[in-house]
Amino acid sequence: MSQVGHIPGNIMFDGPMATKGYPLNKMCYSFNNANGRKAFLANEDDYCERFGLSLEQKQAVKKRDVIAMLEAGGSIYYLAKFAGILGLNVQDVGGLQTGMTTDEFKAFLVQQGEK
Amino acid sequence: MAKILGGIATSHIPAIGVAMDKGLEQTPYWKNFFDAYPPVREWLYEQEPDIAVIFYNDHGLEFFHDRKPTFAIGAAAQYENADEGWGIAEIPPVRGETELSWHIVNQLVEHEFDITVCQEMKVDHGLTVPLTLMWPGHKYGHIRVIPIAINCERHPMPKPSRCFDFGKAIGDAIRAYSSDQKVVVFGTGGLSHQLDGQRAGFINKPFDLYCMDKIVNEPEALTKFTNFDLVEQAGSQGVELNMWLAMRGALQGKLTELHRSYHLPISNTGAGLQLLATSDAV
Repeated sequence: MSQVGHIPGNIMFDGPMATKGYPLNKMCYSFNNANGRKAFLANEDDYCERFGLSLEQKQAVKKRDVIAMLEAGGSIYYLAKFAGILGLNVQDVGGLQTGMTTDEFKAFLVQQGEK
Repeated sequence: MAKILGGIATSHIPAIGVAMDKGLEQTPYWKNFFDAYPPVREWLYEQEPDIAVIFYNDHGLEFFHDRKPTFAIGAAAQYENADEGWGIAEIPPVRGETELSWHIVNQLVEHEFDITVCQEMKVDHGLTVPLTLMWPGHKYGHIRVIPIAINCERHPMPKPSRCFDFGKAIGDAIRAYSSDQKVVVFGTGGLSHQLDGQRAGFINKPFDLYCMDKIVNEPEALTKFTNFDLVEQAGSQGVELNMWLAMRGALQGKLTELHRSYHLPISNTGAGLQLLATSDAV
């Protein structure tokens, strides 16, 4: 893709981000497997260590900070699997990223149909 | 020769699958969305296609970043769905169609689309949600499926114009297949949505409606976009329009738009459904 500019509030998940995010995304990919989810919940720190997450990634995971995970190279498709472990859906995750409550975020989605 | 009866474009939002699992189709949030589908199902019932070619994108079930093809096609007798990690129920295996798959592969390579071929491939909600929408109750056992995955997850992604040409090469291959089988082509995903970042929740209804207008008779207008344009206009996951373009590329000749509907929001997405029949439809 020819990257011609920056879109505010958007992090383009490209090659360099995929390189940076590889350990975090690989860990989240393992959450496709019930045993992976169980092992993470049993001992988060150990599980992050096993996949070689960077300090930035570990801290973002610990804080459940979605924006920080994205900035650390997380891909939303894999972070969604992490959100699933936490019992969060994509509206909850939308709220977390935009500083809205889930209900406010849902109302924001509805408003865009009224334009 | 094999015939392409038409193309169907539909969103493949996971929440649709979850709603069907829970029987929520007639609840206020979902009713209008699901009520759009019976006419398309009836068309499929009347047309009796033998094979469905389904363009979709994998969201981290079969392909992780360790080996992520730009374009991949299945050539297997059967495809399984599996746990995606966040609770959508798995569906029974999907029947494959190897002979036409290999024919398409040969034709694609001949026309310089050097595609990845998968003789085993797990299919995720990108494919299973459309299948379940078209044949509820897992009644898709009679149809043979050819899954074709397009990278919509990690940039660089194939350009919209390339996806259209890719679809065209597949359409040409199907039409050159010596068989009397009937094929329907699906473009899945979209329309506008953005799941990630402070921009999460971005939906662009005017752009979605523009795309549904243009895809019928002027798809070239859409192939002029770059993927950056699509991210800007339709959100980071709005690049899934590329699957609609691949579907449209596979269709040829005069088209009749038999159905169009659009609902917003379904989950975080502007959800579209469109049925374009070719003159080979009955």
